[in-house]
Amino acid sequence: MPLLARIGLVLAAALAAATILVFVLLLGAGGAGAPQWDYIGRVLAFTFQQALLSTLLALLGAMPMTRALARRAVFPGRSLLLRLCALPLVMPTIVGIFGVVAVYGGNGYLAAAANALGAGWRPGIYGLTGILIAHVFFNLPLAIRLLLPAYAAIPAETWRLTAQLGMGGGDIFRVIEWPLLRQRLPSVALVVFMLCFSTFAVALTLGGGPRATTLEVAIYQALRFDFDLQLGAVLALIQAACCAAGAWAVWHLGRDMALGQTARLVAPRFDGQRRGARLADAAVILLGTLFVALPLLALVQKGLAGLPAAAAPASLMRAALVSLGLGLGGGLLATAIGYALATARQAARDAGHRQRALVLALIGRLGLFVSPMVIGTGIFLAASGQVDLYRFAALGVIGLSAVMALPFVLSVLEPALADSAARHDRLCRALGIHGWHRFRAVDWPTLRKPIATALALSSVLAMGDLGAIALFGHKDMVNLTLLLYHQLGAYRLDGAAATALILLVLALLFYWSIERWVGGRELH
Amino acid sequence: MSYIEISGLAFTYEDMEMRFDLAVEQGELLAIIGPSGAGKSTLLALIGGFEQALAGAIRIGGDDISALPPAARPVTTLFQDHNLFAHLGVAQNVGLGLHPGLRLSKADRDQVAWALGEVGLTGFEDRLPGQLSGGERQRVAIARCILRKRPVLMLDEAFAALGPALRREMLELVLAIKARENLTVLMVTHDPEDARFAADRTAFIADGHVVLSGPTADVLSSPDPAIRAYLGS
Repeated sequence: MPLLARIGLVLAAALAAATILVFVLLLGAGGAGAPQWDYIGRVLAFTFQQALLSTLLALLGAMPMTRALARRAVFPGRSLLLRLCALPLVMPTIVGIFGVVAVYGGNGYLAAAANALGAGWRPGIYGLTGILIAHVFFNLPLAIRLLLPAYAAIPAETWRLTAQLGMGGGDIFRVIEWPLLRQRLPSVALVVFMLCFSTFAVALTLGGGPRATTLEVAIYQALRFDFDLQLGAVLALIQAACCAAGAWAVWHLGRDMALGQTARLVAPRFDGQRRGARLADAAVILLGTLFVALPLLALVQKGLAGLPAAAAPASLMRAALVSLGLGLGGGLLATAIGYALATARQAARDAGHRQRALVLALIGRLGLFVSPMVIGTGIFLAASGQVDLYRFAALGVIGLSAVMALPFVLSVLEPALADSAARHDRLCRALGIHGWHRFRAVDWPTLRKPIATALALSSVLAMGDLGAIALFGHKDMVNLTLLLYHQLGAYRLDGAAATALILLVLALLFYWSIERWVGGRELH
Repeated sequence: MSYIEISGLAFTYEDMEMRFDLAVEQGELLAIIGPSGAGKSTLLALIGGFEQALAGAIRIGGDDISALPPAARPVTTLFQDHNLFAHLGVAQNVGLGLHPGLRLSKADRDQVAWALGEVGLTGFEDRLPGQLSGGERQRVAIARCILRKRPVLMLDEAFAALGPALRREMLELVLAIKARENLTVLMVTHDPEDARFAADRTAFIADGHVVLSGPTADVLSSPDPAIRAYLGS
């Protein structure tokens, strides 16, 4: 077995052991009496309710939008729109939330429009409504990006066949598109559901009090404010069980969920040439674009207007540097661990150890099941008394955000490694190229793009992550995310707007420069 | 006046400018051969309506069909691959030739069964394409072509992925159907043996032009340097 695969095995074992240790520590620690089951029940019910509604709304919007985008393979701005759909994935969650508030909040565009029309109506965004809008804003583009490749996989001959057989729009939907969507929808729905189920930043900022509290927020409150470690651990176990059930279902529903490169151009189609179809598609695309673009526009406009009220340049600069440092640290750690884990998994698959490969894939996705709050608090507990937490807080944030970003790194690297193994393994073995030589001559040139994507993605995720910094942050370690959260909490909205804009621009620049510098030129 | 008349049919792909002139008689089988990238499949796509010509005319039976949508043209194309929908059963795939939305009456289903019998696949109605061999899949597609009742059948390297014996068998099937239904067949192939076996006449295409068309034996033994270079003799 290659050295890197061995390292991957050791890392996986360490991750699993640390997680178990954390739960043992927390459950053994003191609590505030017996768990209040009716409180837990209420939280659980609300978590399910909002996740279910969010998923439903996101998919109801994504389906017609995907269909319209697939039908219109060429129109000005199409590739820009697809890039726009990638944005909510790399955008720090709290920035997106600010954009949503800037459009739908009490002082947002919507309220201003209602005012201009003479209606004295103030939309209330805090509570279920706000959580739903924010979740749809983040997940509708994600669903489009997961559904669109299914269309791109339809061979060009199929579209020629539909034209030859004279199939109309309805026929094509019934005979081709619906069977395709029916295959793909359940797994996309579950991914969206799980993301909404374990939501933290959205529910923390937009949730209104005890009536709109999700599991992850309840865990945070139990650990950080009530110091009820047992309750935190119990809630986390419930969440892990729910997510494990969801993951098991995703696994059985479909495995083709790689977050790869942008979908290639869809083959030319012959249907939908009539006026009505063109208008309908144009309307759907316009509405969807507005929904995704408006919060961004509002963010830019309010951010620019708020610059005079921005926090002091010195503290902004400091927070920006902390953001970059923590982001790069978390991203590098996540990508390094991810590469070792993916290599170990590939080695296990090649050797025919299917169960070991499955376990490795699952351990890499711990961040999806186990509340990061719980892992973080566990680190806290284990380290307290032994190390100076104040000094090592940065390491805590980096480690925690790396675990959180790991699933996304793996969803990029695993398929790329499998593809590379399928293409090069035999030839490399025949020529006796292995180890470092193989990495330099074969793997790096072909895997450089996906590695760059994984690093860029995990770095901006770590940079924008609110959970880790909310847990470990202190007055001398404030990044832009935490600064923005404090400003939002204190209703200093102009200053918050400026911070949000700066954070967004920084995150995008960060993403693009990593992809560019590490990824290199386009391979042919 | 020939049954199919293609005159000045112009098309540009990447940097290649194509211009086709070709005449085909009713009831004949014309083989179209030539190097890859010469424009053979593009010619079929233009006739089928999958690409739009920049200029020129395609007349079939005297009518210019260049403005018609693919389904309204008197032609049907058999591709090399992906002729069937993988998630639909054999009977449904054939039935699409009768109704594009698969609303099939009892009489329609009887016709499907009959067409499957014609291609030697009686009893295969409920199988999925994935359970069939490559030759069987093309037979299913041919059954659909029969039901579409178009006077012109176009084969776009339809049997290129099959072995020699199987390919011969498929060509015999096509010849039998052609004779019974009085079809006109255009067959793009990369194997001169296919042309020698089945084609009344052959057209040689290079660089987006029909270099020569005539009786198969004449074309294959032509001293034209492009043809000699292609055949390697």
